[in-house]
Amino acid sequence: MYKGKAGMWAWLFHRVSGLGILVFLLLHIVDVSILSFGPTAYNASVMLFDSVIVRLLSLALVVAILFHGLNGVRVVLIDFWRKGVRYQQTMFVIVIVLCVILFIPAAYYVMGPVLNWFFHIPAPHAAAESH
Amino acid sequence: MIRISSGFGPRPSAGGFETFSWYFFRVSGIALLLLVAVHMIIMHVTNDVRCTTYLFVSMRLANPFWRVFDWLLLTLGLTHGMNGLRIVIDDYVKSPRVRLWLLSILAILLLVFIMLGTVTLITFQAANAAGPSCVGGTY
Repeated sequence: MYKGKAGMWAWLFHRVSGLGILVFLLLHIVDVSILSFGPTAYNASVMLFDSVIVRLLSLALVVAILFHGLNGVRVVLIDFWRKGVRYQQTMFVIVIVLCVILFIPAAYYVMGPVLNWFFHIPAPHAAAESH
Repeated sequence: MIRISSGFGPRPSAGGFETFSWYFFRVSGIALLLLVAVHMIIMHVTNDVRCTTYLFVSMRLANPFWRVFDWLLLTLGLTHGMNGLRIVIDDYVKSPRVRLWLLSILAILLLVFIMLGTVTLITFQAANAAGPSCVGGTY
């Protein structure tokens, strides 16, 4: 049975995360194109990425990228590794565990200045400390 | 003949575009894994977004290596992502007329965004006054 099993959830998360990353990519191409309008305009768009809400959205993007990338490796292994199909469920668990493990340092770096401002946790980048 | 439209079916062997698409997802996916990892580490780990300013970009893009790197990220990311959206449209849109419209819009969007990104990367020339190295820090 496929419905409700690991394969279904992997397929669903893969699709949703892929579409989310694509939406970000389109926005990102537009925001980088502001480079053509000079330093003042471009730095104003960088300020936008510094806001707490956009940092939280960046964190959601990190989760989507981690899952999509790692599950992509799982899909390739299912297709090209002889034992891939046999271990697909185990590989799904490994993908989830790796997502959680990699998410923790990623969250620390992405949210650095916010953690420093709100919880007084030392910031990962010296330049990003509150001033 | 079974038409394979989801990336998770058996390996298509009929040839043609769907077979190419199936391999392209996997090959571009592996390449993107490396490109995206390097990109995310540079933009979020070794730097904070506060310091990914115009000055930072102009120093990076002074090196042609990063222009090529960013262009690969742009083209592989867009073609991989838009091909994914094509499959989603094929999966959910039943009406051939609506599907043709959506796929046409998709093709135009792909072209427009590849051009916008490529023009930005090729024509970028650092301004003389490139601004501060970091911005923000309001909280």
